Formats: sequence, C-alpha cells, structure tokens
Amino acid sequence: MAITGAVEASGLVKAFGSFRAVDGVDLHVGQGEIFGVLGPNGAGKTTMLKMLATLLSIDAGEARVFGVDVAREPHRVRQLVGVTGQYASVDEDLTASENLWLFGRLQGLRSRDARATATRLLEQFGLEEDAGRPLSKFSGGMRRRLDLAASLIRRPPLIFLDEPTTGLDPRTRGQMWDTIRGLVADGCTVLLTTQYLDEADQLADRITVIDRGRRVAEGTPDELKLSVGNSALQLQLATDSDRLLARDVVCRVAGVEPVLSPDSGRMTVALEVADAAGDVLIGLRQAGVGITSVSVAKPTLDEVFLALTGHDTGQPESTVETMGGVLEEVAS
Amino acid sequence: MSAIASVDVAGVVARTRHRATPAETVSQTLSMGWRALKKMRRNPEQFFDVTLQPLLFTSMFAYIFGGAVSGSVQSYLPLMIPGIVAQTVLTTCMATGVQMREDMEKGVFDRFKSLPIARIAPLAGPMVADLVRYLVAGGLTFATGIAMGYRPHGGIVGVAAAIVLAIFTGWSMAWIFTFIGTIARSARAVQGFSMMILFPLTFLSNAFVPESTLPGWLEAFVKINPVSHLVSATRDLANHDVLSAEVGWTLLAGLVVIAIFAPLSVRSYMRHL
Repeated sequence: MAITGAVEASGLVKAFGSFRAVDGVDLHVGQGEIFGVLGPNGAGKTTMLKMLATLLSIDAGEARVFGVDVAREPHRVRQLVGVTGQYASVDEDLTASENLWLFGRLQGLRSRDARATATRLLEQFGLEEDAGRPLSKFSGGMRRRLDLAASLIRRPPLIFLDEPTTGLDPRTRGQMWDTIRGLVADGCTVLLTTQYLDEADQLADRITVIDRGRRVAEGTPDELKLSVGNSALQLQLATDSDRLLARDVVCRVAGVEPVLSPDSGRMTVALEVADAAGDVLIGLRQAGVGITSVSVAKPTLDEVFLALTGHDTGQPESTVETMGGVLEEVAS
Repeated sequence: MSAIASVDVAGVVARTRHRATPAETVSQTLSMGWRALKKMRRNPEQFFDVTLQPLLFTSMFAYIFGGAVSGSVQSYLPLMIPGIVAQTVLTTCMATGVQMREDMEKGVFDRFKSLPIARIAPLAGPMVADLVRYLVAGGLTFATGIAMGYRPHGGIVGVAAAIVLAIFTGWSMAWIFTFIGTIARSARAVQGFSMMILFPLTFLSNAFVPESTLPGWLEAFVKINPVSHLVSATRDLANHDVLSAEVGWTLLAGLVVIAIFAPLSVRSYMRHL
C-alpha cells in the first residue's frame, strides 16, 4: 500500500444556507504528526472536523482518511478515527466505567474485554477512583478525560480533538497536553483544533490557520512566526500622545510599520534581527519619547494571526492573556 | 508491543469493514437496549405513565361509561379492558418518541454517530428496552380489570396472547412516534404532535363503545382504524381464546408500519448528523 497521509482533503466546502462555514479548505496531515487547526471562534474549525469525522455531509470537495473516502465509505472511516468533541460526549446517566463498557461493546468487544479495557483506560486517565460514580458529580476536566478515554477504546490510528482544553484550568490543560503527546508517542496521528495560539505552538508539528472558512496560512510554528520577523520588540510608551512620533521613529530606524495599540500606548515592532532593537531604542531616546517598559521576544502566534488576517482573533483580551499570549487590540 | 501494533496503520485500514453485519447490528441494538434499561432503573418516574394510567383509566371509564354503554360495570369490562389495553400501549408509544427526542439532544449521541455502528441501533435499542414498559402497561390493565371483577373467558393463554399482541402492536406503532421524534424540533413538539394523532385514533375506534351505535360515516372510519383491529383482536383472544382474522390484520398492520417507518426514522436520524 502506498504511503498516504492520515488526512488528505481538497476543496472542502460546507454551506449552511448562504453561509459558507468551510469554504474550500485543503488539508494534508502526515502520519504520526500532531496537526493543529488554529482559528478564532466561528472560523469553521469544528465544522471541518465534523465533516472529516463523517458527522456532517461534505457539500463539495473530497476527503480521505488513510486513503479511505470519507463521503463514500463512512463506516470504514469511523473505524479509523476517534473523535473527542468540544463538549464531552459521554452519557450523563451512566457511571464512568459503564460508559466505557458500553462504547467497547458497541465496537465489538466481548463483555469481559470491554470491562478490562474500561479499567485500563480509567487507570491511565487517573479516574479509577471515580469509576462507579455518576457523571453528574464529575468536574469538567474529568469529563474531558473520560471523553478522550472513550475515543481510545479501539486504539484508532487517528484522533480528532476539537478544542481539547477549552474551559479547563491551567493545571488540567497541562495534563491534557501530556496525554496528547503520549498518544503520538504510541503511534497515533492527532488532528486538533484550538483557538489558543500557545496550545498550537506547544503541541503541533504543523499548523494550518483558518479564518472565515478559508485557510490563510500553513507551516510549522516556527515558520509561521518567521513570517512576522525573528523577534518582536514590545514597547510601552510613557505618554500615549507620543505614539505618532514614536511610529515615525520606528519606521525610519527599523524600516517597518509598528503595530499600535491605541488605547494603552503599547506598540509591537517586528524585527529581522534582535540587534535592531537597540537602534530603535536609541532613536526613540534621541526623539525624546519616554518608555516605561521594553521587552524583546520571539513573536507569539497572536501576532502571526494578526499579520496573516489583518484582524485580531476577536477574543476577549483577558482569556488570551491567561494563555500566555499577548493580544494587541488594533483599530481596523 | 502496543506501540508497534498501533503503528500498523495499513493493517488496520485493510481490516476495516464496509458496514455492520446483521449479527453486529443485533448486538449493538442490545447494548443500546442495556443502556436504556439502566436509565429506566435510575429514573423510575419513567414508569409513572404505564403504571398510573391503567389503574386510573380502567376504574374511571368502567364506573363512568359502564352503566350507559353496557347496562352495568360488570358487563362493560369485557368490552372496555381490551380498549384500555390498546389505549395504554399507544400512549406508551408516544412516550417512546418523546424520550427519543430528549435523548438525541444529549452529547452522547454525537459519540454514537461517530462510532462504526449500525445507524439503526441507537433508535432500536431504546425500543427494545421499552418492551418492558408495554408489558407493564398491558399486564397491569388486565390485572386491574380482573381485580374489578372482569373474568376473561380466554383464560391465561388467551390473555397472555392478547398481551403479546398488544406489545407487538405497541412496538411497531412506536416507530411512527420515533419518526416524529427524529423530525420534530423539540420533545414538547413531539408530545403535542403525537397527542393530535393519538386522540382521534383511540377514541374514533371501537375501544370504548360498540361501533354499531355510531353514525354511518363514523362507523366507516372506525372500521378501518387499525386501533379497532387491535381492540377486536384483543377481545377475541382474551374473551373467547379465538385466533381470528382480526389478529392477522393487526399483525399485518404492525409489519406495514415497521416497514415504512423504521427506514424513514433511520434516514431522518442520519440527516440530523
């Protein structure tokens, strides 16, 4: 059998009425990689994932999972893919172990094997003490873990994770990340969607950036960061009214247009080399622009997104900041 | 070992099957039935309708209509009990549809859809579990009647056959309401819509009054109403221990309903994806 990608999709379209939620997306996911689909809320990530998982019909285009056509042979595709949705799809009326037993039975395991698999997975996900408790007593993080465990019963070679850490606290997120890395170490391929830029950065080997149903960029996290320069110089101006003057100085010295954040007097300058930061600072000093804080860092994916789409990710700033990124609000 | 096994993607792909086999379909349906039984045990209020309705309606209808229709409660019971059996079983069907709709809105149905299982299993499973409810409904109605003085001449065999027929008819009719469950927007809508079908069907039948007392046009409808056939068949079995043509018509009607509405329900369920 020829080596095929885990997912090969071309020209995927899903329209709801006149709204094209997914509008001609191409996708190539290699075997054994973690592939991130990054985009803000409503970009079409979940819709795309549902199409690939046979949960939504494909209006146009073609998709194959390990060479199997998704539209023509959905039953075969379902045997190759484990899906963990944005909202835990486990049965609230059953206990954790009953859930896993049921899903094992439905997938052809004998009763005893289904029970053994349930026990093994509950241990692996640290839920063995909660095996017999009703799910209504479970926290959000526990539900997510159970949901992921349910996707792994038949060890599918491809796992779809739809926003696996949305709404989880930082510690639980870290655990989930470790689990996802562990899946790939076991030989799985993972396709995950996320609206958290640092999550894609942390986990994914390759990232596709989706905006309004279209692919706007693709590459490794580092490649994407390079598209906005090697380093980002972040400045906090002492006086907001200096910002036009500061902008002129930056344009003259560094030769690039800074990204301004009008309300807070913050600006970000993308630089080819970190050395150029010194020149910018000297230029600002000579022009008499006061600065209260300076930092030079590799650009975050937030800045990549801004550079690629020309608008911000549309998320509340506080959410993004807790995720370790810095989102600049720009006037459009 | 496990790592090596899961890397063998080509092998896994080669082993995938195009559709669920009939044996798998049965096993998956039974697993879904197990789930529904678990839920029943944890939510016993689901049995309110099948326990209260037989008790309430049997005593109420017997004392209200008994004298007017048949001269006395005692002579009305053989006419009425089969009617109540049909009515109770049909009401239980409606609950099947309403619960299906509620169930489908839960997150776990996303997983059922993503699993390589027969598409009919999530629909048929709860209906298999509902056989318990039909049994309770049918059995309790006869028990209430007998407690009130009803003495079916068909004996144990006749009554048992009548209950089995009622269960089968209820189960087949439930596909209509399951179909409504898959097309309606909400559980409330299923309830409302089902009531509109159910009331004319049960009351425009021979369930509570002899059809000869009705005006001609109504008598014509009552005669073709499948509920009338179920009621007549139940009377023949329970009261006379006779396997009449009415039994055949009832079975045929049930099979026709399954043949039409089971595929429709599955198609509509899949469109929900």
